[in-house]
Amino acid sequence: MSDPAATPGGLRSFLEERTGVDALVALGRHKRVPLHRHTIWYYMGGMTLFLFGIQVATGILLLLYYRPSSDQAFESVQFIMTKVQFGWLVRSMHSWSANLLVFVMFAHLGSVFFMKAYRRPREVTWLTGVALMGLMMAFGFSGYLLPWNKLAFFATQVGTEVAGAVPVIGPFIMRLLRGGEQVTGGTLTRFYGFHVAVLPALTTVVLGLHLLLVQKHGMSEPPSIIEARRRSGEPAKSMAFVPHFAIRDAIGWCAAMAVLAGLAAIFPWELGEKADPFAPAPAGIRPEWYFCWMFQALKLLPGHVLGIEGELIGIFAIGLLAALVLLVPFIDRTPGPGDLRSRLMNVAALVVLVIAGVLTVLAYLPPAGGAS
Amino acid sequence: MGAMCASMVYPLARYIIPPDVPEAQTSRVVAGHEGDLKPNEGKVFRFGDRPGILVRLPDGRYRAYSATCTHLNCTVQYRGDAKQLWCACHNGFYDLNGQVVAGPPPRPLDEFVVNVAAGEIVVTRS
Repeated sequence: MSDPAATPGGLRSFLEERTGVDALVALGRHKRVPLHRHTIWYYMGGMTLFLFGIQVATGILLLLYYRPSSDQAFESVQFIMTKVQFGWLVRSMHSWSANLLVFVMFAHLGSVFFMKAYRRPREVTWLTGVALMGLMMAFGFSGYLLPWNKLAFFATQVGTEVAGAVPVIGPFIMRLLRGGEQVTGGTLTRFYGFHVAVLPALTTVVLGLHLLLVQKHGMSEPPSIIEARRRSGEPAKSMAFVPHFAIRDAIGWCAAMAVLAGLAAIFPWELGEKADPFAPAPAGIRPEWYFCWMFQALKLLPGHVLGIEGELIGIFAIGLLAALVLLVPFIDRTPGPGDLRSRLMNVAALVVLVIAGVLTVLAYLPPAGGAS
Repeated sequence: MGAMCASMVYPLARYIIPPDVPEAQTSRVVAGHEGDLKPNEGKVFRFGDRPGILVRLPDGRYRAYSATCTHLNCTVQYRGDAKQLWCACHNGFYDLNGQVVAGPPPRPLDEFVVNVAAGEIVVTRS
């Protein structure tokens, strides 16, 4: 009779005694989400997390049939798509979801940037978010090779060569990534290991920390909203995370699922031709859309600029941009709605976005003098 | 403590770094046979563990180059319409001497020596 699980309502006290679940319930009950004209952007983080969950689930399903070797990888994906019941759907959902995830993640990052949610005390939340972005892009890059098709082969050739062009440590990193001097079946096995073991392990740690910090600091309100409220004297508006925000989140996830299923069913992801290391790079080759701006920049840079190899300048510029993104909270430390530096950062971010957008569009146009 | 960490990290790091596998030093291959290519055509062939490209010029002579683009290592192809070697990855063009004509490649392609003997097209590293 002393067993709490055996008494009415005892399951809760049973769990509380053993897990401290009441603290979590209280957290959900007390957590509130600010209500203002930019509230919609708060849904982007949860949406990214939802799509990551889809990636994990469909990735596990693909693992049941995928074989990571250069003589079997392409055939195993072909088998998944043509013989396994709904295999085409699972693989298409994995590919489409990866792309949607990156898109929503960029929207999340952009909203955090423009709403100044990286400012004190959320600097570490920003750092973990940028690290997660790097991890998601690494997932995209490593996963792209796994079907072992022609596009994937040359995208990996170029991507690892870019890493190899980094001064001093580049050749070492390139060898580490490729598992040798060339992109071979060994590279495929290595990328498979990164994709299904190393990156998920790192993501679990960084994502856990990111979510913990989000809970600790709560949702950030944009300084402009705080300032406008201060001037008008209106009280702050908010809604309870549970159930109001959570229900809206769930509706968004259902909508995302519908979009994803629609895309996967109407536009199944192509497999292409099997990789052949001794075939020329196919015309129209380009990486995933989120790498296209870098790809196009490397295409437009001439062989030499002021005696320096063009690709080195491109790689340096990309590295500098990544460093600047990481250091955003330490560059803009303004507490208020924004001084000149903060506004300049907004303008600079918009300029970078426009340039990246134009480069991405150019990457999809046929090259001058090239076969399409 | 440091020694304990080092004793764990060192073997792990050494394991992750791929071992040196000496490349087979191929200096001569049969890239094809007479008649394989018509004038103004090209084909990629295997030269050791790297690709080479054999081109039959419009006047019927043969030339061969390393097929690895000097920009970011994609494999080039012969474009009969432009009478040039082309890298599809970043739109780099080379002329029939392997020299860069357009695009981002920083250096010319390495050229090989071609000999035709007993119907075989033999390519040798120069």
